Amino acid sequence: MSSTVADALDHHDEHGPAKGIGRWLFSTNHKDIGTMYLVFSLAMFLIGGLMALVIRSELAVPGLQFVHPEVFNQMTTMHALIMVFGAVMPAFVGLANWMIPLMIGAPDMALPRMNNWSFWILPVAFGILLSTLLMPGGAPASGWTMYPPLVLQTGDAFPFLIFSVHLMGLSSIMGAINVIVTIINMRAPDMSLLKMPMFVWTWLITAYLLIAVMPVLAGAVTMLLTDQFFGTSFFLAAGGGDPVMFQHIFWFFGHPEVYIMILPAFGVVSEIIPTFSRKHLFGHDSMVYAASSIAFLSFIVWAHHMFTVGMPLTGQMFFMFATMLIAVPTGVKVFNWVATMWRGAMTFETPMLFSLAFVFLFTIGGFSGLMLAIAPADIQYHDTYFVVAHFHYVLVPGSIFAIMAGAYYWLPKWTGHMYSERLGKLHFWSSTIFVNVTFFPMHFLGLAGMPRRIPDYSTQFTDFNTIASIGAFGFGLSQLIFVWVLVSAWKGQKATDRVWEGSHGLEWTLPSPAPYHSWDTPPKARIANEAFE
Amino acid sequence: MKPDSQSKSHRSLTLALLAIVAGAFGFGYLLVPLYDVFCEITGFGGRTNATAAVVEEAPDMSREIRVEFVTTVNSYAPFELAADVDSMTVHPGKMYFATFTAKNLASADKVAQAVPSVAPVSAAEHFTKIDCFCFTSQEFTAFEARAMPLQFIVDPELPDYVDTITLQYTFYDTARAAAINTF
Repeated sequence: MSSTVADALDHHDEHGPAKGIGRWLFSTNHKDIGTMYLVFSLAMFLIGGLMALVIRSELAVPGLQFVHPEVFNQMTTMHALIMVFGAVMPAFVGLANWMIPLMIGAPDMALPRMNNWSFWILPVAFGILLSTLLMPGGAPASGWTMYPPLVLQTGDAFPFLIFSVHLMGLSSIMGAINVIVTIINMRAPDMSLLKMPMFVWTWLITAYLLIAVMPVLAGAVTMLLTDQFFGTSFFLAAGGGDPVMFQHIFWFFGHPEVYIMILPAFGVVSEIIPTFSRKHLFGHDSMVYAASSIAFLSFIVWAHHMFTVGMPLTGQMFFMFATMLIAVPTGVKVFNWVATMWRGAMTFETPMLFSLAFVFLFTIGGFSGLMLAIAPADIQYHDTYFVVAHFHYVLVPGSIFAIMAGAYYWLPKWTGHMYSERLGKLHFWSSTIFVNVTFFPMHFLGLAGMPRRIPDYSTQFTDFNTIASIGAFGFGLSQLIFVWVLVSAWKGQKATDRVWEGSHGLEWTLPSPAPYHSWDTPPKARIANEAFE
Repeated sequence: MKPDSQSKSHRSLTLALLAIVAGAFGFGYLLVPLYDVFCEITGFGGRTNATAAVVEEAPDMSREIRVEFVTTVNSYAPFELAADVDSMTVHPGKMYFATFTAKNLASADKVAQAVPSVAPVSAAEHFTKIDCFCFTSQEFTAFEARAMPLQFIVDPELPDYVDTITLQYTFYDTARAAAINTF
């Protein structure tokens, strides 16, 4: 390396973060941007959670007591959009920003200025989306799936909905490109692809899914926009279009999207379970192949969301069996997690507890998914609370628990302080109990025939709804414990560099908290790892 | 790796990924014509031929099929539409006529478009319209009522298990569609 380059690197080392608000507005530092993503997603998680509580208040007893049906529909729609695009996805991008460069030995993300853009678009997108709550006609109320012709009846909020979805997509695409370029080009010299940590692998696959399907969603909502304002008839039957086509295009995006929200979760728990089992991840390479298979299969199963719109028998058979096939690679993953724990010297710190709950409860969500995949049975389950129970099981104790696990696991590395294990365990147990109290009764409601997206219901559904509403408030309040954990961690005990006794990987060879600039010279991944043996 | 060679490889990879993004956006739009082709081939969504077809008659007098007519008027359209007979019994391969009566309920001139759909789906590709008022949009003066013709033939290849075919028309006000578009 030439001396000028070395000088430049030395100079780089000296300056820390900029002062004041400019540090955040103009930041190109992956750690700052990661922090902003995580804080933003926590804020959205709480806002979307408040909307969920409006829904559960209304449903606590039969009859209409708190909100008008139109407002109820706005709440279900906004809750979903905010949780999917504002809470879960940005949280994983935040974890990716913080951890991928640390894990692969890169000094920063590959495209730092684009990184700044992809974050700062998000508050704008959600500012626009949330502002629709104050518009004439209210916020979008047609469900997050935006099916025409219903969505075209949205009031003034309609173009704002479309543009905010465009911006969210733009942000995700830029984030995904950044992740791919970072992983492909900036790994430590001796880290081959198959030597990458599992979290990095799952994010690489996720990023490819994002760039393949977010543009399809952008196209679909653009068609809605031109149908409404520019006289096209993509989905208007009067002009020769077909509203069912929207469902096909939407779910061509939508099914890979649900794996975008779960694959990084697989990555997080694949980091945590080995640490607290004091073993290496069982079947690392098979995990890579399983995640890749899941990603591939996600592109050919979309119509299982649409069994009831009518389709030829061969179509139903294809989508049913292709969907069931996904249980095989997912089963490989669950097997590997359990095998990693087998005969391990396990301890049960908060990140491990969240990961264990993830494995168990995500599997329940997976099983109800298999039930929904059965085309003849789905005609009964479609648009009932059984579906609500299914996707909340895979997203709340699935994705959200994995995010929580990751936050507890890496918090000492981010802040340099240990969180309170007592508060963490309290957060875990109250969350786990209440998440089941909330969502498990919904299986029974759905099988008994209660439809989703309704503000009122027949009286025979009262008991389970009341239980679910109590659980929802318990779960919501439990998340305030998490906020308190984060605040109090600032004064927690000093963390060691390795933090956890059984941790492996490059990120644990850095000091805690991780310095503002890390890996200015690429590390030797193998040597770093052998230090922990 | 030297910084400048690294930024070069960043650029080429980023451009390749952007090309995937552009391709995916295009693919979303490509799904529209692909979906049309798919529906026309399979009859998916109950779709039938949208322009006049020429078919030779080859009556199969041994088989009888019941053809039912259902009409719906879109909630924004100021029309009435009704089939003059609710159902007909037909032989496959033989040509039949049916008439529908439509009425403009508005005091202004209106243009209507009928959109057909056939159930069951497996019958859609075997239900052929020789002439149909749904092939073009229909102009009505204020309060005008008139008969609308349909000429059709059921293909003898119709699967054995189908003994009833339902033909459904939805009537739209094309101007209303335009009015929604301009808000």
